[in-house]
Amino acid sequence: MLQLGIKDLAKYPFLAETGEYLRDKGFNLEQLGHPDWKPIVEKAYGRIVVATTGQIYGSDLEKLENLDSEILSFVIAIILLKSAGIPTLIRRFSLAEARRAEKYLEQDLRSKDERKLDFPLKIIQDLFSVKVTIQDDDFIIKVADYLRRAVHFHEREWKLVNRKVENGLVFLTSHETVRLIRKELDAYINSKIQSTDTPSIPETFRERVADLITLAKKFSDTFTVSTEYPPCIKHAIEVLDRGENLPHSGRFMLATYLLTKGQTIDQIAPLFKNAPDYNERVTRYQIEHIAGTSGKRIKYSCPSCDKLKSENLCFEIPECNGIINPVQFGKKRVTNA
Amino acid sequence: MLEKNIKFVEEAFKEYYFNNFELIHVPPRTSEREFGYQKFNAGMIRHLLIKNDKELHLLLMTQIPSDVYCSNAYYSFPNLPMSEKDWKEADLIFDIDAKDLMLDCRKKHTCFKCNSCQNISIRQATCSKCGSDKFETLSVTCQNCILESKKEVKKLVEVLTEDLGIKKEEIQIYFSGNEGFHIYVTNTEYQNLDSRERADLADYIMFNGIIPETLGMSKQNNSKLSLPDKEEKGWRGRFAKEIFGSKSKRPKIIQEILSGGYSFFQARLEEMKHTIGVRIDPKVTMDVHRIFRLGGSINSKSGLTKVSCKDLEGFDPFLDACLLDDEKVEILANCPLSFELKNKKYGPYANETISIPKYAAVYMICKGLANIAR
Repeated sequence: MLQLGIKDLAKYPFLAETGEYLRDKGFNLEQLGHPDWKPIVEKAYGRIVVATTGQIYGSDLEKLENLDSEILSFVIAIILLKSAGIPTLIRRFSLAEARRAEKYLEQDLRSKDERKLDFPLKIIQDLFSVKVTIQDDDFIIKVADYLRRAVHFHEREWKLVNRKVENGLVFLTSHETVRLIRKELDAYINSKIQSTDTPSIPETFRERVADLITLAKKFSDTFTVSTEYPPCIKHAIEVLDRGENLPHSGRFMLATYLLTKGQTIDQIAPLFKNAPDYNERVTRYQIEHIAGTSGKRIKYSCPSCDKLKSENLCFEIPECNGIINPVQFGKKRVTNA
Repeated sequence: MLEKNIKFVEEAFKEYYFNNFELIHVPPRTSEREFGYQKFNAGMIRHLLIKNDKELHLLLMTQIPSDVYCSNAYYSFPNLPMSEKDWKEADLIFDIDAKDLMLDCRKKHTCFKCNSCQNISIRQATCSKCGSDKFETLSVTCQNCILESKKEVKKLVEVLTEDLGIKKEEIQIYFSGNEGFHIYVTNTEYQNLDSRERADLADYIMFNGIIPETLGMSKQNNSKLSLPDKEEKGWRGRFAKEIFGSKSKRPKIIQEILSGGYSFFQARLEEMKHTIGVRIDPKVTMDVHRIFRLGGSINSKSGLTKVSCKDLEGFDPFLDACLLDDEKVEILANCPLSFELKNKKYGPYANETISIPKYAAVYMICKGLANIAR
């Protein structure tokens, strides 16, 4: 169990110890419904609004006199979110809170006071089972622990090859260490929110719950879609057109992509007829298998850009920017927010 | 493969298995593995559970498979369909194949078989017999292929031990039975990695996806360079050793990179994948459901055995993995290539009926370069 002070809880209000702290202090929901506590409800609402804009809710803990309000506003924000029951808002809030905690974790990791350093390292180890050790200015984790997390990032600098790796260990900065666990921090906070019971809420909360529902309407996404093929698919089609051999992984990519885009087996099969080893029956069988209409009835999806890169099937162009799967190519998000 | 060839090769395989039970064993944690096998001209039979050596040997004798496979993965229920197997973990596996090394020697030992009339020729153009332009590529392996593959194995072992912290005793090297090597890493913290994580690990090993920033050049300010030193560990050190050679060359090379700029440096790094990167087949390493050729079994692409290489340096596959007997056999050889087995040179043969040892006959038949004469 971590030994926490109130300041630590203000930084990391999602920790289990928060509940204990509130009980010790004698806070309960009925009490918080009193109009005197309205400023905290407003603070909680503000915390959510800031999160929905993708920004990090700023808490200057050094200047704050009332650390209780930091902790309580987090707790009330969760109650408001659960009452509104809108997953988009919960998602945005947990991510923003993860980013906020990340900032404090990073500050704490940079501390020159060794006692203070134990705390963030222990949070990382206890919550996410990653053992981080410190050597000079480097934060060191095992290669396997690194890979499990870094593969979810799409920036090339996170590829293992772009890291200092020695004897089974990866060397990181404090910023990178914390960045690496962002997703888990987000998932952890999200799970905390999901597992919170929603009591019947005080009257003073209702107005803000209604406001959240109105707010959420802004976040409905629309997409514009272009019909252009991504470069990897174009390349595969060109290879087949030239009658050259496209490896199995390339054929799989092409078939899964076109199936996702709604093409039929009759439309796809002829694409392969120039292949040096073309056999109509086998080709149809394989596409049917991939489409899930025969065999084990598993519908396969198009491989990710990362996988295609590893298989030398990626021919990235600037328009690919930001996509993680060829099926996203040409799809632009238009957000109302 | 022609029926008469199948009959002959199966007999040779059966004889080998019967006489060499001590060479072919089930791997550890047998009941957690999926087994599979193929017969000539037939599809793969997989999702099998084999409990011990006895069951394996019985399968070899009754089915006489052309190829035998075993998963590198461990499952709760290896004999159920894939979605119900309950994957637990998998050994890391690597495949180094001379075919992928783009060696100059390859064209000297490659020929082409016309898909229409089966005519075999050295050059790939339209078939001189029937005019078809669809060919199957046939090749044998030479000592240079093996030498270069061994170099890749050594590079791989260096990255595994020095960078990834894997102990030498956890690495097992096998000759694949055809043109390269299979490397297994067992009992490490990497066992639990999924396919995507293994793909990134494979990229690391291949020096694939490196960006100039990692080696000290930034896109914004590429007039400033802080390239690594040869003494550094990992890829930075290997890169420095490769690019600088002797110390006196360093200023000249730095100047060259500076004047070339970011994209020049990036292109140079891309080329270095083929020199300092380890040329493994990433598809094998990232596949966590693969059934991989079983050690001690014969590879039907050559008739050679997949054998463990305790001493890689001294290992000669054309001697140490050529385990079929030398009883004389008559074949009709149409083999424009020459090759070496058990220190003896064979070929070229221009549609000749010859009498040669069984291991060489099987080799040529498996390669599609001969038919049994009977």
